[in-house]
Amino acid sequence: MPYLNVSAKPEIQRPVGNTFIVLSMLAALFLNGLPWEGVWLMLRPDFVALVLLYWCMHKPWRVGIGLSWAMGILADVADASLFGQHALAYTLLAFGGVVLHRRLQMFDLRQQTIHVFGILVLTYAMYALVHWQVNGYVVWPYFLGCLTSTALWAPLNIMIQAMQQKRVDRERRS
Amino acid sequence: MDNTQSFRFFNRGPSPVVRLVFFSVLSLLLLFVDARYRYLESTRSALSVLVSPMQRLAILPGALWQQVGDFFITQSMQHSLMAENDEMHQQHQSDAAQLLQLQALQLENQQLRKLVELPIRDEFTTQLVEIIYAERDVFNRRVLVNKGPGADVRIGQVVVDDAGIVGQITRVYPWLSEVTLITEKDHAVPVQVVRNGLRTILFGAGDTSQLSLRYMPVNADIQNDDVLVTSGIDGVYPPGIPVARVIKIERDAAYPFAHVTCLPVAGVDKHRHLLILSSLPKLSVRPADSPASDADKRAKARRKN
Repeated sequence: MPYLNVSAKPEIQRPVGNTFIVLSMLAALFLNGLPWEGVWLMLRPDFVALVLLYWCMHKPWRVGIGLSWAMGILADVADASLFGQHALAYTLLAFGGVVLHRRLQMFDLRQQTIHVFGILVLTYAMYALVHWQVNGYVVWPYFLGCLTSTALWAPLNIMIQAMQQKRVDRERRS
Repeated sequence: MDNTQSFRFFNRGPSPVVRLVFFSVLSLLLLFVDARYRYLESTRSALSVLVSPMQRLAILPGALWQQVGDFFITQSMQHSLMAENDEMHQQHQSDAAQLLQLQALQLENQQLRKLVELPIRDEFTTQLVEIIYAERDVFNRRVLVNKGPGADVRIGQVVVDDAGIVGQITRVYPWLSEVTLITEKDHAVPVQVVRNGLRTILFGAGDTSQLSLRYMPVNADIQNDDVLVTSGIDGVYPPGIPVARVIKIERDAAYPFAHVTCLPVAGVDKHRHLLILSSLPKLSVRPADSPASDADKRAKARRKN
């Protein structure tokens, strides 16, 4: 399979523009903000978490725990959750991504997905834990979002890498 | 090439663990301050200026889709629209007749209240708002509407639709305000059973769009299809607005309380347009504490010293 050893290609190590990173995060916030309702809301993948995890894994010295925390605060405002609820969860997520980034980069997508699932479950559990502490109940179907997010990991990975590739090609031609 | 990675050996800054601890503690602090004291509302509304353009953009595709749908409906279903229009006209005429009666009754009621020296009921004005989007949090049942403090929307105002109570304003942003629906978990509305005047409190059930009466004794006089209206004694909800209808009563002798399930009368999950009741009833001030409790406080203060 062509995409399984993409990390071996030199193009991937090319610098990524800051605009690209910021745009990807804005796009993730936008996708999270689409009018999801009812069952779809339960199944909504957390795009912001996925994009943050991607950058934490591939560019840990650019996007780290601090930026993830800031994105968490923005997500808190967007979702009107308590201040720090998303921030705490994303801090944990970024920590997982940064600490495991060497191991994760060695893996192919299938093995990565398993690891990512673990990190996402922890993130979701942290969010639910805070909610449980403050409000005293947990909505269990909320954890379905973990599964859909994990399912999106591989497509998202391939997509972002393809977009980077294209940028590199364009730069080389000009 | 981005080979700075290897040179980062020296100037890496604090290690990930330190950062994790720092930001976790910061988040926990924020959580505590926000949950306990609600000090951060101004920060939240400032940040919402950053985020809200994004959210408005996100609802555009849906709104566009709906507009396209509306266009085709108006093209293809003119007949049914005409019929609906006629029906509306008839409805309007019968309503207008009833409204005339209502005005006469209101006058009469005011006069009677004056005669027996009861305070006159407060009138409230309404303003129409449109739901912009529902909040994207599975735990909450809230919607955001398109008017903020600029249009005199304030925290605590009551939101209704044509049939009954929908919710309450719980937060205001520069151009938006947040309505907590009555079906939100633990959201309480003081109500009264229309049939016999029984006063009680209605709670939201959270994940389903139902409501429940929690502390009804097993032998309470309540039946299926009883209508519950606001009692108005809380000073937040004006009296006499329909809230819910009882659909199921479980009386189990093993528990001290009956389990009563209700459905909201208003289309809590349905409409796009809602009404905000603008002027809240003013309650008389609570009388000052009696001297006995004053003495009690003084004793406590002495103990502290």
